[in-house]
Amino acid sequence: MSGHHIVELKTNVTTFIVLVCLTILTVLTAKFVDLGDGNLVLAMAIASVKASVVLLWFMHLKYDGLVNRVAALCGIFFLALLIGISYLDLFFR
Amino acid sequence: MSTAKVDRRVDHSHHFSSMDAEHEAGKQGVWLFMATEIMMFGGLFAGYFIYRFKFHDMYIAGGDSLDWKLGALNTLVLLFSSFTMAQAVTETMKGNNKKALKLVIITTLCALVFLVVKYFEYTAKIHHGLFPGFDLWNPDMDYISSKIRDVSILENTSPANLRLFYVLYFAMTGLHGIHILIGIGLMVWIMKRLKNNEFSPKYYTAVEGVGLYWHIVDIIWIFLFPLMYLI
Repeated sequence: MSGHHIVELKTNVTTFIVLVCLTILTVLTAKFVDLGDGNLVLAMAIASVKASVVLLWFMHLKYDGLVNRVAALCGIFFLALLIGISYLDLFFR
Repeated sequence: MSTAKVDRRVDHSHHFSSMDAEHEAGKQGVWLFMATEIMMFGGLFAGYFIYRFKFHDMYIAGGDSLDWKLGALNTLVLLFSSFTMAQAVTETMKGNNKKALKLVIITTLCALVFLVVKYFEYTAKIHHGLFPGFDLWNPDMDYISSKIRDVSILENTSPANLRLFYVLYFAMTGLHGIHILIGIGLMVWIMKRLKNNEFSPKYYTAVEGVGLYWHIVDIIWIFLFPLMYLI
């Protein structure tokens, strides 16, 4: 079974510090680097990395079985379909 | 059939073959629920992106009129609460219900701080006529102009689009706020059970499940913060 991996304090602290650093990076790039529309892409890229860090370490997906990973990926996959196909319509109509 | 109450710290319910099987089944249920949460908020995020493509300038004006420092503060508060929640799960898995209880209390306090900050943000926006409902919509354009980086944005676009931004802002952060409230309720339930020493290294499903829920609420804010406040 995959169920009983205990994540130690040190790992949780490291995860938290990484998330705070990425938050600071989000604010700095959004406020002081002007990339035009690229700012949206960059901010979403950083947010996706942050979400992945939370999913893998705080939510234990790194140590978890296949079924739970598939459940999480299903949610993300259908969300990507929704936004992706909506944007196809907007761009190519 | 016996009606004696199962001590879940050391034994499984009779319809499961083992404690591991029961734990895995419960956790899978929570993960399926998390997938539906991603998709529920996903609908709102999709709406955000579609209208952002159509009414880009007013999103800039709307975003600039929010107080990004309060948004950043709330981001840090939620990240810290996620850390204390993750550590509470760790302590429960080690059998330290007392330590876990303290960590869940800190998590709940963070949740309350988040809501207090949100209360001040909401009342300031309502005061300036920026709530798009209940006949409260009466935008204070001087207030908006004083906040945004480029006032010329306001010249060529309709304030109706600004209202659209605030519809999304209140709908998305409001739904997220309701999740925080529900999270507080769940944590009170967990605190009660931790206090009664109901968990063990072999049975900690409820703490872990509430933890997963709390982290998803955090992840949603991780996306809301830059989308609403920064860009």
